[in-house]
Amino acid sequence: MARFPKPGEGSWTEHYPELGTGPISYQDSVSADYYERERNAVFKRAWLNVGRAEQLPRVGSYFTKEIAAANASVIIVRGKDDQIRAFHNICRHRGNKLVWNEKPHDETQGICRQFSCKYHGWRYDLDGSLNFVQQEGEFFDLDKSSHGLVPVHCEVWAGFIFVNFAAVPEQSLTEFLGPMVTNLEGYPFDRMTARFGYRTTVAANWKLFMDAFAEFYHAPVLHAKQSPEKYSAMAQQAGFEAPHYRIEGAHRLVSTSGVRFWEMDSELVKPMEILTRSGLFGPWDGVDLGEMPVGLNPAGCDPWGLDSFQLFPNFVILIWDQGWYLTYHYWPTSQRTHVFEGNVYFLPATTVRERITQEMAAVTFKEYALQDANTLEATQLGIESGYVEEFLLNDQEILCRHLHKEVADWIADWIADHEGVVVEVRS
Amino acid sequence: MTMLPPDFTDLEPFAEKWCLPSERERYEMRLASTMPEMHAFYDAVCPRAEAAMDYLEQFGLHDLSEDGSNLLHLLYSMIMVSFPVEVWGQPRVPDTGSAEFNCFIEPAP
Repeated sequence: MARFPKPGEGSWTEHYPELGTGPISYQDSVSADYYERERNAVFKRAWLNVGRAEQLPRVGSYFTKEIAAANASVIIVRGKDDQIRAFHNICRHRGNKLVWNEKPHDETQGICRQFSCKYHGWRYDLDGSLNFVQQEGEFFDLDKSSHGLVPVHCEVWAGFIFVNFAAVPEQSLTEFLGPMVTNLEGYPFDRMTARFGYRTTVAANWKLFMDAFAEFYHAPVLHAKQSPEKYSAMAQQAGFEAPHYRIEGAHRLVSTSGVRFWEMDSELVKPMEILTRSGLFGPWDGVDLGEMPVGLNPAGCDPWGLDSFQLFPNFVILIWDQGWYLTYHYWPTSQRTHVFEGNVYFLPATTVRERITQEMAAVTFKEYALQDANTLEATQLGIESGYVEEFLLNDQEILCRHLHKEVADWIADWIADHEGVVVEVRS
Repeated sequence: MTMLPPDFTDLEPFAEKWCLPSERERYEMRLASTMPEMHAFYDAVCPRAEAAMDYLEQFGLHDLSEDGSNLLHLLYSMIMVSFPVEVWGQPRVPDTGSAEFNCFIEPAP
């Protein structure tokens, strides 16, 4: 008996008939050719989140972002007019990578008045214009005004900075995001500047790790030992059901109900959770963030747990009831590797006890993420062996089904546009 | 030379090892420690944690002296070792042999 009502069709998956209910192959997660398709059809076409406006606090604040899937390095900078802009990180003189420290492959950040090339000293203003050429008179017909840094389309929504590598993006950022996502406007992302940032390289296809955080069917099993035995036995017995799934355009959402740990018997929670009054779901004594945006808690759960918004292609905003939020980014580096970044954001703590609750939540988050990351390497190995060709997805895994289909659809569109053939691309 | 406030001299034997300012150092120390070491630290610091938080609250999170900051970092290490002690029975999360998840930015203090 379902704990939460399902749509009239009988299941969440059948509510979106284009998804089908059959097995899928995951060839899309092991094929080098498919990855090359994704680079052109997805990562050079979709809006990609590269960070938050708070990372650029002042005029001249900048950071660089390496996006291997688009074969790009980008400089993101706050200009004198306060505008945030993005440029390809390439000197117009002889192609040297413009902004880097020590190792050309590594990302960097800082604050400057202008960008100066390490090679021959060409200098660029914060708006990208070329404003100094060493021994300019030695050049032939040099028009400085046409040799500024090459811009990358850059738009900001709710403080989230996105770039787009298309010559002309097919949609504006807000059109691309659509109402399901833009209904998060009003959430105080800008005030939640206490950040724990984590990064790792995972030996698995980026979509397989997206899948891991797109379903919570795994949670009572993979993460069972994170909790006292009595709690995990209950959780495993109950299984997982989400009260709400939604798919809108390229993006998807899962909402979950909450748990009142502070009302539970002490043998169901860990001693350190009781001591710190915090844990996986965040600080027990949630903070008042004011009125929440209309897009949150779509099933009206009380207690509510979290909403995980999965923005196509590789970005997740996960908002917890207890007044904090996470972001995940999955940056492919090959068909079998990607860089995974997780960020945990809180309101800046004002008291020692509040800071302790944040530490507990952040450390707990990492314990779970380590389990997820390692499991995904095992999944990649199993699929890559090729001996099993089809795999099953249940109704709680609907969002996995959607991601793989959406990528396939973008590739099919791209092929139709660029090669003039209509094909059916199957994941 | 003591590292912790005078009220917490009983925790001084653990200070040099566990008063670590960054998550990266705390996580590495956890992986480099034995279970008996972490049990001893956990058993000593947990009963003193409420008193430590009360003590630090008098000064405020952003006005801690050096010994106060050390005490706060000791509490962060208490959280770090609680996972091996309370649930894993080993320093590393089981079945995470090849996984890393490196913290590159965290709030200060």
